Amino acid sequence: MLSTIISLIPIATATERLWYAVPLLVSFSLVYSATRHEEIVPILKHAFRFGLWVAIFMAVMAAIIQITTWTL
Amino acid sequence: MASSNSYTAEDTPPEVELRDPRLAAFLAWLIPGLGHLYQRRTGKGLLYMVTILGTFAYGMYLGGGRVVYASTTKPPVPLGLNKQAISQLVEDYGRWHYLCQLPVGLAAVPAYVQTWRVENDKPPLDFFGDNFERPPYTREKAAILFPNEDPKERQRKYFQSTDQSKENVVIHHSEREKWHHDHHFHFELGTVYTMIAGLMNVLAICDARWGPLVAVHPQDKKKPEPNDNESG
Repeated sequence: MLSTIISLIPIATATERLWYAVPLLVSFSLVYSATRHEEIVPILKHAFRFGLWVAIFMAVMAAIIQITTWTL
Repeated sequence: MASSNSYTAEDTPPEVELRDPRLAAFLAWLIPGLGHLYQRRTGKGLLYMVTILGTFAYGMYLGGGRVVYASTTKPPVPLGLNKQAISQLVEDYGRWHYLCQLPVGLAAVPAYVQTWRVENDKPPLDFFGDNFERPPYTREKAAILFPNEDPKERQRKYFQSTDQSKENVVIHHSEREKWHHDHHFHFELGTVYTMIAGLMNVLAICDARWGPLVAVHPQDKKKPEPNDNESG
C-alpha cells in the first residue's frame, strides 16, 4: 500500500505543473472572446464556454497520452 | 414572431467607432489596450491591458526577469536560399521566441536596445537596476564588456551557480546555461507565457485596427424558407 502511494508521487508532481496552464487558459479565453464581441457580458459568456472546451480538450489529450504511455 | 435565424443580439455585428484605426493599432502595439482606450472602448481596453500585461509580467516573474531577450538585431531575412544562409539564419535566431514576444510592444523593446548595445561591445543599460532584458553573455563577450573585472569575480557573477543541494558549485559554459540551470523549468514556462502574451496582443492589435470579428453561422448563408417569415 505504501509503495503504491510512493509510486504515485512522481505523477502528483507532474500534475502539479498543470496548474500553470490555468492563468494562461483564463487570459487567452478572455482575449480570444474579446476579439469576437464588444460588450463585457457576451465576452465573459464566450470566454467561459471557450475556456471550458479548451480544458476538456486538454483533459482528453492528457488522458490519451497517459493511456498510451502506461506501460512505458 | 418566431424566426429560424439563430443570430442573437450578441452575434450581430456591433456598430463600433474605430476613430483613426491605424493610430489605434499602433497604440495597441505600444501598450496593450491603449488603442482601445483611444477608441473609447474602455472595457475592452482595460481587459486587454490587464490580461496581456498580466500574462507577460507573470512570465517574466517565472523566468527570473530573464526570459525576454533577443539573440540578434539583424532582420529575420535569409540572405539567400542556400544551406549556408539558412543555417546562419537559424544560428542568429537561436532566440526566435523574441519574435513572438515583440508584439507585446514597449515592454519588449528594451531587449532590442540591450542586444544592440552588447553586439556593439557596449555594456547594457541599467534598467530597473538589473540590466533588464539584456542577452546572456558568452565568456568572450563578458571579457570584452568588463575587461577591468577580475576573471574569477566575472565567473562568479555570470557563469557560476550552486546545485539543488546548495553545496556544490556548478560552472557553466555560458550565462544562458546558468539561467536555465537556476530557473529550471520555470525558464521555459516564463518564455511560453511571454510569447503567448505577445501573440495575444496581435489579436488585440487586429481588433483595434478592424474591429471585432463576428462569425457568420453557416445556416444563415442559406436562403430563408418561405415559412420562416410566417408567425409561429
